[in-house]
Amino acid sequence: MIFPKWVDKVTPVLVMGAAFSMIALVFVFWYWFSPKNLNVGYQPEQPINYSHKLHAGALGIDCRYCHFTVDKAAHAAVPPTQVCMNCHEIVQTNSDEIKLVEASYSNNEPIQWVKVHTLPEHAYFNHSRHISAGVGCSECHGRIDQMEVVFQAEPLSMGWCLECHRNPNANLRPQEFITEMQWPVAESSFSVLSEQAFSVADVKALSAGKKRLFSREEVGGKIAANLNINPSQNCSACHR
Amino acid sequence: MSQDTSDSVALPRLVSGNPSFSDIARDVTAPTSGTPPSWWVIAFVAAMSLLMLYGVSVVWLVWEGVGVWGVSHPVAWGYGIINLVWWVGIGHAGTLISAVLFLCRQRWRTSINRFAEAMTLFAVVCALQFPALHTGRPWVDYFMIPVPNQMLLWPNFRSPLLWDLFAFNTYLLVSLLFWYVGLVPDLAVMRDRAKKGISKILYGVFALGWRGSARHWINYERAYLILAGIATPLVLSVHSVVSFDFAVSQLPGWHTTIFPPYFVAGAIFSGFALVVTLLIIAREVYGFKQFVTLYHIDTMNKFLLATGCMVGYAYSIEFFMAWYSGNEFERFAFVNRAFGPYAWAYWIMFCCNVFVPQLFWIKKLRRNIAVAFVISILINIGMWFERFVIIVTSLHRDFLPANWGYYIPTWVDITMYLGTFGLFFTMFLTFLRFLPMIAISEIMGIMDKANPHHASYKTDENATKQNV
Ligand code: HEC
Ligand code: HEC
Ligand code: HEC
Ligand code: HEC
Ligand code: HEC
Repeated sequence: MIFPKWVDKVTPVLVMGAAFSMIALVFVFWYWFSPKNLNVGYQPEQPINYSHKLHAGALGIDCRYCHFTVDKAAHAAVPPTQVCMNCHEIVQTNSDEIKLVEASYSNNEPIQWVKVHTLPEHAYFNHSRHISAGVGCSECHGRIDQMEVVFQAEPLSMGWCLECHRNPNANLRPQEFITEMQWPVAESSFSVLSEQAFSVADVKALSAGKKRLFSREEVGGKIAANLNINPSQNCSACHR
Repeated sequence: MSQDTSDSVALPRLVSGNPSFSDIARDVTAPTSGTPPSWWVIAFVAAMSLLMLYGVSVVWLVWEGVGVWGVSHPVAWGYGIINLVWWVGIGHAGTLISAVLFLCRQRWRTSINRFAEAMTLFAVVCALQFPALHTGRPWVDYFMIPVPNQMLLWPNFRSPLLWDLFAFNTYLLVSLLFWYVGLVPDLAVMRDRAKKGISKILYGVFALGWRGSARHWINYERAYLILAGIATPLVLSVHSVVSFDFAVSQLPGWHTTIFPPYFVAGAIFSGFALVVTLLIIAREVYGFKQFVTLYHIDTMNKFLLATGCMVGYAYSIEFFMAWYSGNEFERFAFVNRAFGPYAWAYWIMFCCNVFVPQLFWIKKLRRNIAVAFVISILINIGMWFERFVIIVTSLHRDFLPANWGYYIPTWVDITMYLGTFGLFFTMFLTFLRFLPMIAISEIMGIMDKANPHHASYKTDENATKQNV
């Protein structure tokens, strides 16, 4: 006999183990190696301690003041130093951080911001298409107004894009609230007053509890019908 | 056939010389023990060199991209797909010999089945190299496998190329299992004959604790029969699916309903031809003349004749259909095939595959080792050109004359093709060195001595004498 007797007991365990590890391997790749796990939460250090929580949150500056191309072009511009200087010529000029901003301005050298959200080159993305269709910034970037330092809140994987493209209604909102971080104001439901649009007054009426409540899907459905929205799932829409 | 027809039919003995059981075990395992003979070492070094050439070509291909191949517009499928189809075709003989002939109780298959199955496996491995590299980005080949992924993408189930993936891998898996199950009793023989510790343990692990009890044999026979049943449809399915790669497309010259049977016949044809080539070499160098008799070679050559006539029929009917269809593009494709710029390839194919095997109508030539050897090689050349003709001539002149071109392979194409021979023979020589190349237990089973009606069982002594 070459092998001791206990081998008989070990063999089935090994076989089962091999089968199980095959399944586990697929799971590991699907779960731990997915962009959901690998990319979400990416938060690189920025050259200047600029805070969205302060500027977009506390000060309430509209996103489009700084990211001024976002509703007009494919690319969302990161503001040049000139934009900062609109205020910081007079605000907090003694701060060390602001001195860095000033230095950039006077030397005519851009601040080297580190890019956070990145799609691979083989994927095409267009901001203005999404903004004009009524997809708010927070749908894809999360609660920017609560971030001291920006991090990636969504996986930006193809599956993630498609999930919304297949069923966009729950993510659509009226144009007026496109940069609103918390929307709808009342949790997951609000009012629709007119056929065409939703005004600020409507939402106020909703908050006051005066109107019938609609779900986000219903409102989105109305917007989608009005604007004839039908996000493409063709490969060539995003891989051109 | 032996038991119940023993009185009425006299057959040649499949093993000549009447060796004892232990002689058989000793003779068959002889090549696996002792120092390897010098021809083996030389052949192995040659095979390894070719394998290295293959490695270098693959690295270059992956580094630079598939642009280093000769494929371009309009011939986007060149050597890669030709070699794929060729190797897979060769891989058909194994299952046919082992499964179909087993189910048909063709007992002459026992001395060649192990050999042919090993050849099948290695040929399929060679074939799989090409589609894996043809994707251009082999590191994302897992996209072809339906697993959950971040892209929410499944492979395109409407594509014959995907069917190919499943057909090949099913075939590889079933052939491997079939080969391995057949090997188990012989691995036990190897284990019991092994002297060194490591080889004892390795053979022991793979012999799965085989002791040769009656229960073992009952389970073994059942498993083997079931696997033979599973493998049989695969003989037809794999090359049918390969032919769909072409037949499902809309290209004149590819879009024909005859393709599946035509490809299967061609596959068996080329597979048997390579079995004959290798069998003759092994028979000569190992001196296995008592196991691989002239009767075997004769029978194999009859298969070659039959399948050669089938492909000849397919070539002709294709022309008839092109004319009969009245479709001018179809007609052009075939006239261009036989008389266009690639006419040389077409006529090499036609001569090697259709004319040459006709020599096998003559019994003398069927039983002549030298003739069989040369013809088997010519057939494989012819079958390679068949794929060349189908792929290249259909593509090189498509619907827009402005696109017409002439396909020329590059050195990478050629070294990769030669390199797969290195891969094949490295695996094959390793197999010859470490595993019994003839199924010992099955050979014992077809001996007269193994027959319960031994005394009344008649073999045709005359026929037997002729075979040695
Ligand atoms: C005062 C100007 C300013 C305002 C207002 C502002 N941002 Fe920014 N934003 C920046 C600057 C500067 C950066 C680059 C530095 C960084 O990533 O923190 C940036 C970065 C970002 C990024 C990350 C870009 C990347 O590299 O991937 C996102 C997303 C973003 N902003 C969204 C918003 C949203 C949404 C709002 C509105 C709620 C907003 N921003 C308001 C100035 C501004
Ligand atoms: C609309 C005016 C406005 C713009 C535009 C603006 N800021 Fe500010 N920023 C402020 C105000 C107001 C404060 C001070 C808040 C406080 O006093 O705590 C501030 C504070 C800061 C601070 C913190 C300074 C410290 O040391 O406390 C930094 C850093 C800063 N801003 C960077 C920037 C950068 C970079 C930009 C351009 C992308 C920018 N700001 C654009 C209004 C602005
Ligand atoms: C449909 C999802 C989506 C919406 C809605 C969206 N973004 Fe983006 N955003 C992205 C993606 C994806 C990228 C990465 C683009 C790339 O790398 O090409 C990005 C990148 C950015 C960047 C960084 C650009 C750069 O080059 O560094 C900024 C800034 C930005 N978005 C701001 C905004 C603002 C402000 C809004 C709201 C007005 C907004 N985004 C709405 C998906 C979205
Ligand atoms: C939250 C929902 C949502 C997400 C997430 C989203 N999209 Fe969209 N996308 C839309 C909507 C809504 C439209 C507008 C469709 C229309 O106007 O018919 C759109 C349109 C587009 C278009 C234009 C399609 C066309 O027909 O030309 C492209 C390209 C696109 N999206 C790419 C992307 C990519 C790439 C991603 C992922 C990084 C992405 N989208 C993620 C909702 C989304
Ligand atoms: C809504 C936009 C969108 C559509 C539609 C889309 N894709 Fe994508 N695709 C993406 C994005 C974004 C990525 C990059 C994701 C990442 O890796 O970060 C991607 C990545 C891929 C990749 C991975 C490439 C690589 O090397 O990692 C493949 C393959 C792919 N897509 C195939 C397809 C096919 C096939 C289709 C059509 C059935 C399709 N895509 C449709 C957005 C899209």
